[in-house]
Amino acid sequence: GRRAMGRAMGLAGLLLGLFLVPAVLVSTSLRHGAPQTEPPPVPAELELASGAVPEDSVWPLPQRLRTSPRQLQLAPSRFQLVHGAGSSAGPACGLLEDAFRRYYEYMFGQSRRRQRGHRPQGRRGGPELSQLEVVIESREPACHSHPRLGSSEAYHLTVTEPVAILKADEVWGALRGLETFSQLVHEDDYGSFLVNESEIDDFPRFAHRGILLDTSRHYLPLKSILTNLDAMAFNKFNVLHWHIVDDQSFPYQSIYFPELSDKGAYSYNHIYTPADVQLVIEYARLRGIRVIPEFDTPGHTQSWGKGQKDLLTPCYNGEQPTGSFGPVNPILNTTYDFMTKFFKEISSVFPDAYIHLGGDEVNFDCWRSNPEVKEFMKKQGFGNDYAKLESYYIQKILDIVSSYNKGYIVWQEVFDNKAQLKPDTVVQVWMQNNYAHELSSVTEAGFTAILAAPWYLDYISYGQDWKKYYSIEPLNFPGSEKQKKLLIGGEACLWGEFVDATNLTPRLWPRSSAVGERLWSSRNVTDLHDAYKRLTNHRCRML
Amino acid sequence: AENEQPWETPCTQLLVFVAAPDCDGFPSLESKEDYKLSVSGGSLQLFADAVWGALRGLETFSQLVGRDENGTYYINETEIVDFPRFAHRGLLLDTSRHYLPLKAILETLDVMAYNKFNVFHWHVVDDPSFPYESLTFPELSKQGAFNAMTHVYTASDVQTVIEYARLRGIRVIAEFDTPGHTLSWGPGAPGLLTPCYLGEDPSGTYGPINPILNSTYQFVSGLFQEVSTVFPDFFLHLGGDEVDFTCWKSNPKIRAFMKEMGFGEDYKKLESFYIQRLLDIVSSLGKGYIVWQEVFDNSVKVRPDTIIHVWKENPTPYMQEMANVTKAGYRALLSAPWYLNRISYGQDWMAAYKVEPLDFEGVPEQKRRVIGGEACMWGEYVDVTNLTPRLW
Repeated sequence: GRRAMGRAMGLAGLLLGLFLVPAVLVSTSLRHGAPQTEPPPVPAELELASGAVPEDSVWPLPQRLRTSPRQLQLAPSRFQLVHGAGSSAGPACGLLEDAFRRYYEYMFGQSRRRQRGHRPQGRRGGPELSQLEVVIESREPACHSHPRLGSSEAYHLTVTEPVAILKADEVWGALRGLETFSQLVHEDDYGSFLVNESEIDDFPRFAHRGILLDTSRHYLPLKSILTNLDAMAFNKFNVLHWHIVDDQSFPYQSIYFPELSDKGAYSYNHIYTPADVQLVIEYARLRGIRVIPEFDTPGHTQSWGKGQKDLLTPCYNGEQPTGSFGPVNPILNTTYDFMTKFFKEISSVFPDAYIHLGGDEVNFDCWRSNPEVKEFMKKQGFGNDYAKLESYYIQKILDIVSSYNKGYIVWQEVFDNKAQLKPDTVVQVWMQNNYAHELSSVTEAGFTAILAAPWYLDYISYGQDWKKYYSIEPLNFPGSEKQKKLLIGGEACLWGEFVDATNLTPRLWPRSSAVGERLWSSRNVTDLHDAYKRLTNHRCRML
Repeated sequence: AENEQPWETPCTQLLVFVAAPDCDGFPSLESKEDYKLSVSGGSLQLFADAVWGALRGLETFSQLVGRDENGTYYINETEIVDFPRFAHRGLLLDTSRHYLPLKAILETLDVMAYNKFNVFHWHVVDDPSFPYESLTFPELSKQGAFNAMTHVYTASDVQTVIEYARLRGIRVIAEFDTPGHTLSWGPGAPGLLTPCYLGEDPSGTYGPINPILNSTYQFVSGLFQEVSTVFPDFFLHLGGDEVDFTCWKSNPKIRAFMKEMGFGEDYKKLESFYIQRLLDIVSSLGKGYIVWQEVFDNSVKVRPDTIIHVWKENPTPYMQEMANVTKAGYRALLSAPWYLNRISYGQDWMAAYKVEPLDFEGVPEQKRRVIGGEACMWGEYVDVTNLTPRLW
């Protein structure tokens, strides 16, 4: 479980042995309002009682982090996380109340000295930090709403005696700040909880920082998903891209179409009930994480056909149906009747403003083989260009989803095959080959983009592959400033062909942490040695 | 298939007949693991020469028992005659790169039994840490473990592993790898490792075990005396791989020794000098030994009953190495294609499965010298959080 840093540093960290002081570190008096004179010379060893530097385990690295050698003690029996005066959020803000308890546990959980007590009178001892006050500055704290793409995650954290102050526009920033604060609290050799006086100004570089989980290739029990939401919060990820159904199985229990999971799930034990889904959404919300479901069509839909007759295209061998099926049948009205009703449900079940509609890897062979489809192609004047049929289908789905006031994300093929997309479509770039070029094209055409291509974490390999993920610079593609602004973030993807609950967590973490820092921290945070040091500590803490 | 017939006479007992039990003994390379399983109308019988075969048979029997949709347990009439093709079927765990808690080792032994593995190759110490608590030299783990309180295997832990393994017909072969891979030995045994030099002065770093000091051999003798008593198997794995000569070369006293011994510039001779003395010590303790292939490649004089462990894929392709080793008359163990720590995407089990250990040019007598192989899970990137899904 989470525990304070300090002696927990692994041998690797010790072997590195260098207490590298990041350039941002300045030793200075941080008393609020104190006149800033020439900063005193940085002491030769910016070391603490435990021999560790506070920044040694902060992940992702904040935009601006300044610490001083002055340490404050925290007494678990007295320390509190509270709402500050002037905060627009108070005890009614369940999200923050939940976070206070959670972060208290993370920081002091292992300590047995947690019974409430007062500081003995006249007791010697170092300066004490008695509480962290959280102040939400915006009039609308957003306590009861769901995080959005545009949510503010910025925060300002000042840690000084006797009270630390965490300021944020919205609760989302407070959550990020609480995570950072908990990373600064460490234990010394005597088991005392310490935090250095610090000042942090932080906000994410990219607004969309996601993890893709695939619950179709292998079912993932709820517990797995929730554990990963916790890990995501440790790394400031804010989107769960739930690739919930696919060819292999349909675990989503639909209210309108119960046959879909009845016939399409691996078994009755391998489904997500509406209650499960709401649990995930709320658990995520409390961590500032958006849940974007993906219902991938028209390809990747074999499992849909089990519970929905006539949805998929029957494939032919000459004149005869072969008995097997292909992508969703784009020529039938019943298809669109189904999709209209289905996406009505999805739009109401999932509160996020976006739904991912897939649209990848549509194999045209089956369509080509079907005489009715061929007939339709002729009638529509599509010639032999099945990409046009695919676009015809996608456009209708996009319209359906738009009518429910949802935005949509699609895989890059939808753009590549020239479907007519609304200007606010988000295109997810996943194909490895020349993805920089794809990013240029997508953004040049004015669409928002998300990058997944270099971050397919299911492609495991021997050794420290986190370095390769860390070294990706998303904006390294030819384009104007305006274009670069259209890249709103990225996702680490863990496709499920070879992943289930027995290996999900160690496969995803801490490798995804590399992606997490790349998407949150500043562009110039690229030093692998410093990252290694912080990541090893962060990883031990996550355990 | 559905049928209307009632079940055959319910079977109430599996009768196990063992010819020569030796229940309290330890499994060895020569142990018989044959068994015969006979399941027919109302009678279930398992015959084995030794208890080890009975264990294998019980595992098979448990795999044959099925359950139908009504929840009824059943077993088909079956006749099985079974015995292992190779006598040494091992798994290597590395508890030095990352400490593995006892529970993880015991769990691994369970899964090994499900798969009829019969050797646990315990690579217990190495450069990064020394978790083995030695009776004779307690400072070794005190100074060399990642954490001397928590990341150690006490004498009782070791006995637990040995007994847990024995009850599953699994031999425990401990590896104390020398003269390389010994950095963690240094702090607890001052003077054991070679001090490296930068010109005239010690650089402060250390290299392999110092082969020129008498104290080295006294130490090694003391340690292996203990290890020989602690681990009941006839064989010990003595390592001998990847000895880096740079440090030895830098040390003036060693250079002087090289001259004295007439070894010239050939440090392989120095390595052999050490290894040979080590092998003599271990032999005199009544143990046999397994060594990594470098010991053979570097022409160290070894006893004819030495087992050579083939692990490298280059410069000599491992099948060629197998041929060379067995041609020279030694028994061989294959690990080279089975380094399971080298993960890759997809169904890599197929590549491991397709390996044919006897696929080299040689006469039948040579082929007989291949006694088996080992899957290796080196610990650079493995600890208790990911061991089990990576291994199985």
